[in-house]
This record gives sequence, structure tokens and C-alpha cells, in this order.
Amino acid sequence: MAKVDFKVPELKQYAEIPAVTPETMAHSRPFVAKPEFQEPLGFPGALADDWQERAIAKMGDLLSRYRSLRVYLDSCVKCGSCTDKCHYYLGTQDPKNMPVGRQDLMRKVYRRYFTLAGKFFPKLVGAEDFTREVLDDWYSYYHQCSQCRRCSVFCPYGIDTAEISMAAREIMDHIGVGQKYCNEIIGKVFKIGNNLGLPGPALQDTLEGLEEDVLDDTGVAVKYPLDQVGAEILLVTPSADFFAEPHVDGLVGYGKVFHEAGVSWTLSSYASEAANFGMFIGSYENMRRVAQRIREAAIDLKVKRIVFGECGHAWRVAYSFLNTLAGPWDFLDPRYPVPQHICEFTHGLMQEGKLTFDKSQNDDKVLTYHDSCNVARASRMGSVPGGQFDIPRAIIRATCNHFYDMDEETIRERTFCCGGGGGLLTDDLMELRVKGARPRVEALNNVMQEKGVTHMAAICAICKSQFTKVLPFYGMEMDQIVSLHQLVSNAIVLTPGDDDELEDDEEDEEAA
Amino acid sequence: MSFVTVAYASLFYLAAAVLLAGLAAKVVQYARTPAPLKIPTTPAPTTQSGVVLRMAREVVLFESLFKGNKWIWLFGWIFHFGLFLVTLRHLRYFIEPVWLPIALIQPFGIYGGMAMVVGLLGLWARRILVDRVRYITGPSDHLMLGLLVSIGVSGLMMTFVVHTDVVAVKEFFRGLVTFQVAPLPSDPLLLLHLLLVAVLMIVFPFSKLLHAPGLFFSPTRNQADNPREKRHVAEWAKRLEQQP
Repeated sequence: MAKVDFKVPELKQYAEIPAVTPETMAHSRPFVAKPEFQEPLGFPGALADDWQERAIAKMGDLLSRYRSLRVYLDSCVKCGSCTDKCHYYLGTQDPKNMPVGRQDLMRKVYRRYFTLAGKFFPKLVGAEDFTREVLDDWYSYYHQCSQCRRCSVFCPYGIDTAEISMAAREIMDHIGVGQKYCNEIIGKVFKIGNNLGLPGPALQDTLEGLEEDVLDDTGVAVKYPLDQVGAEILLVTPSADFFAEPHVDGLVGYGKVFHEAGVSWTLSSYASEAANFGMFIGSYENMRRVAQRIREAAIDLKVKRIVFGECGHAWRVAYSFLNTLAGPWDFLDPRYPVPQHICEFTHGLMQEGKLTFDKSQNDDKVLTYHDSCNVARASRMGSVPGGQFDIPRAIIRATCNHFYDMDEETIRERTFCCGGGGGLLTDDLMELRVKGARPRVEALNNVMQEKGVTHMAAICAICKSQFTKVLPFYGMEMDQIVSLHQLVSNAIVLTPGDDDELEDDEEDEEAA
Repeated sequence: MSFVTVAYASLFYLAAAVLLAGLAAKVVQYARTPAPLKIPTTPAPTTQSGVVLRMAREVVLFESLFKGNKWIWLFGWIFHFGLFLVTLRHLRYFIEPVWLPIALIQPFGIYGGMAMVVGLLGLWARRILVDRVRYITGPSDHLMLGLLVSIGVSGLMMTFVVHTDVVAVKEFFRGLVTFQVAPLPSDPLLLLHLLLVAVLMIVFPFSKLLHAPGLFFSPTRNQADNPREKRHVAEWAKRLEQQP
């Protein structure tokens, strides 16, 4: 575990609302993007002299393009309902991490330049000039929001701080103050195809390794195909699934599910990334450019369906935005939603009775389930609202004998973010990540004490990486976080492969 | 025609004009600003009628606030419902003959006035007592509460302490509506009450009171959750699609 120069919060049995302690996190700021990471995204390399003017102009532009921003900056009445809802406030006590506190950093600038009251009575309505100090606050605190939308559940007007954080990051990018982590990663997607910069041959290698491992483990030849033209399904999954633990165990699980379904599928080296960091920086244009790669891959590979692997913010962009950004999908099979979540796919097979599970394979674990924030509050699975909560749980119950939910106040639509979402999963924000994880870890700790829970399943690459890193700070084991499809992978009873049939399939596809 | 009558008649015409024009401008601005992405806070209704129901629960019951904080919900709901009853009660000053439901609601309007003040005082107490709410409270928030409480208290005082000539008041407002200005009684309490109401009308479109129209335009609440079924593209985003 890395050296810590901050105090790791103590876990309590009951959630406490901490007292306001200003400026505890004013020092927290991620590395600023160098010009080389700014320019490929169409942003200036560094802060120019007229940055203030440009920032206000960009704010005006966004106000005219995003109703959410305009309405949310106008509507807040400072009622206080959101003040104790953000995991970063609960973990840091910094009032600028209360959702309304964070919004007000932009609201005061908005009022100064865009409202009559702020122009004539700035003191009265808390309007302020956009000074360098305000910009510094923006950079700090708009990079302490994981865009998890928990605040938006409890706001009487549905004000979503994520919308405001995204707009703030977009404005900062446009004046040359970008965040290194996000912008460098988006550049990698444009250049190579995924966040981690894994080139096609490396993917091929990894996938072949997986095939060997699964064959050794199970004696069944499960395929993990790449760039296979004519496959029925294109699987788009976060690139962490290709090598990180516990992510890769999830990918192993997807392959086994596809094997049992008897459908042909493929990954794409061109669109080898489900996550879309364009959302984190609030850039419609960059988000669209990343999403278009999936469309191009689907066309090039002549697939009929698109399925997404386990990833939270990715599923938001996929479920809620992909049709907008890269649709229409009229060239795909209309019998299936575009895109589908791997959990929807697996659950569908379960309902058709096509999967057999040996639950005892997971008897070494007592499970709980972490609802990933963007799956919970920004998407759906299945045809009924709330399917995003019920479908993953149904899969866990079908594959495990021991499952307990965490406290009702911390799951489903009220779930806490892992503390690393929204472009904050970087080592230069370690203190924030550890403190922000506290509300979730506290609830986990409670079910560990009360129910003997040993593992927490998640369906998000960020959650998995984040918990792997932060659980040890709280005295827990890094491998207590598992992929949901890792549980599927353990329990699934594979049908011995009919190798002839598989080869036939391949020939058919190549002929097609 | 006394100076007071002329001044108040002008004031109310001005206030009404500012309120209506200001609100209309804001509503048009909200309506014209596109929402480029589907962002309902889920789980969300999948159909338009479901959205209407969700919005109705927000407007009538303050559903989200109820989830968020029971105290704010209690005081906030008491205040708003009280204000609603008071507004209905005051309709009698503008219509002749008075509609039966409005006549029947008169006594409840008085309870509404009391509830309004109680709710406001509860909300105000939170601004002072709860450290988080104190932190986010600015001068304009206290002023707004002060304004509303003063309107409520001055109104209640005319009911319970110093009566005013309500028949004449009605003549005055009927006159305003029909553009035939009639004399306004010059009781200080009445003049204070009306002055504060006019101020409220004038600040409405420039203040946080915009939460009232804002709620109806909030994309997290007014969008149906159907992005896979129905493609949603804003006009400005369509232009991006025309580029290669």
C-alpha cells in the first residue's frame, strides 16, 4: 500500500453527517494536461491572457445549448436537501463538496455575468467575478465530483450536479486548463482504440491466453474472438477487462455465456473500449467521436447486435446516449435493443433456461452487491424501470447461495459512488478517492460484521479498480471486490464443445 | 383620486407587467434551449404519461424532497400548501360573483396563512441552526424569507388585529382588472402588505423563485426513459452529423 500523508477516515457503525469544515480539500487537484494532451481533443494547450473572456463566452455558449445547465443554475433555492448526500462531502467534510456548494462555484459566476440581480447586486445574491482564485477553486472542486448523480435523486427540482461539473470541465478545457488523466486517455482512444493504449496484437495475445486458461480449467474450448467479420454480436467492454484483476475474470465469464448461448461474437480492436471519457469532460464533440468508433466497428465487422461489458459510466453513455451520438442503428437486428448490457444478455438466457449453474462453486464466498452509480441512476436494464437493480441481483442469486444486500439507504437509486468515478480514478487524487469511498466501505463493513459477507460484486471497471486500490486503506483485502460475471464464470456448467460444429461456424462466417 | 391610490395602481400594473413579461421571457428561454442528451434520473418512467405522473408527484407532493430530508419537506410543503390556499382565498378580490369553491375555501385560506408562516419560520430556523444550510445561505435567502413572512404576518394581522375595508380593497382590485381605478383604503398595514406583494411579484423572475417554472423544464424529471427505443437528437447536434 502506498505511503499516505492523510488520515484515513474511521469506519462507523451508523452513518454520521459530519460538521462543516471549510477548505479541507482545497489542496486536492489533479495534474493539469500538458499541451500535447489538449490539442488532439481540439482544446488550447495553455491558459491565455484573455482566458476570462473566453470562459464567459464558452459559458454563454453552453447555456444556449444545454437546458439542464440554464435551468439548474437558476432554480436552486438553497433548501439543503442535497447537502448531506455527496460521498465526497461525507468523506471530507468540505462544504464545497456539498452538491449545492459545488454548484455555487459556477452559479456565482453565472449570476455575475448572466443575470440582472448579479450585475446590479452581486453581494446580495452571492455573485462574483471570474477571478483566478475562482478558477483555482473550479479546478479543485469540479475534479472532486464523480458525476454519480446521487444529489439529483434528492433535489426537489432534479438539479444534477454532474451536468454542472461537466460544463465546468468543458469550459476549463476550452481555456487550456484540462485534466491530464481524462484528456490523455481520450487521446489514446483516438490513436489506438482504447483507454489503456493496448494495440491489436496485444489484445490478440491476451485473448489467446484466456482461451488456453479456460481450456485448461474446464476442458472446454471457449472462444474469445477478435475482429471476426460476420459475427452475430459485437462485444464492447472496458479495456481493463483485458488484463486487470478482477476485471478479466468477468471477461472470461462473458465468453462462457456466449459459448452457452451458441452465438458467434467478437471483440473489435478498433473499438476496444466501452468507457467514454468524453462524458467526464462534458464534451459532446469528443464523446461523439469516441462513440462513432463503435458504429464504424459494427459496420466493418457486419455484426447484428451490440453488447456492452460491465462498466458503469460506459453503460450510461451506451444506454442513454449511444443512439443519440452514433445512431440510428437501423442496420442491426431490430429484435434486440441497441445496445444490450451483458447482464441483460445473461439474464435473458437464464429465463430461456439455457444456462445451468452449479451454485456451490461460489460457496467460498458470501456476496453483497454494489450498485454502480451510473448504472443505477442514469440507465436501465430490461424493459421495466429498476431492471438495473433487479437483473444483476437475479444473476447473483442464480449463481451464488449466499447473498445479502447492504443497508437500503446505500443501494439501488440511493447507492454511493465507489469514490473513483467521473474521471477521478487517478493516483494524483488518492486522498479524495480514499475519503470518498468511505460511505460505501462503511456499508460494506457493516454487512461484513453482521452477515459475514466476504465479497462485493460490481459491474463497473472503475468501481473494481477503485475498490482494489482503496479497500486496503480500510484494512480490507483488495480481492474482496469481484466481477459479477466472475460469479457467473465460476458457477456456469459448460456444455462440452462440439469442435466440429464450432469450426463449421467459423467457415460460415468467413464465407459470409 | 388620492396619491396613494394612483401610486398603488401604477405599482401593481408595473409589478404585474414585470412578473408576466419576466416569467414569459424565462419560460420561452427554457423552452427554446435544447436538451441534447437523455438524462432522466433513473429509475424513470418510460412513457410520456408516466412522466406527467412523476411531475405531478413532484409538484404536489415534493416527492424528491421527501426522499432527501423530512424536515425540509415538512416545512416546505406546509409553506407551499398554505400559500396555495391563501392564493385561492385571495381570488375573491378579483372575481365577481365569487365562485362557489372559492367561497367555500375562505376559512381554509386563513389556516393556510397560518401554515404558511409556520412553514417559513421552520425553514428559516434551519438556515440558522443547521451548519450545512447556514453555510449555503446568502443575504438574498434571508431577505426572501423576511419578505414572505412579512407578507404572511401583515395579512394575518388584517384578519385578526386591525381590520381593513375589504369591500373597498375588492373595488380597487376589480378596478385594476377592468381598468377603472377605484380608491384604495390607506390603512398602513394594508399598504405595507400590498407593497410587499408587489415587491415579490417584481423580484420573482430575477430570483430563485424561478424554481417554480424551472421544475417543469428540468430534464432529469421531465424526460421519459426511452433512449434505446427513440432516437433523441438536438438541432445543434444534427449539424455535427452533416460533417464527415
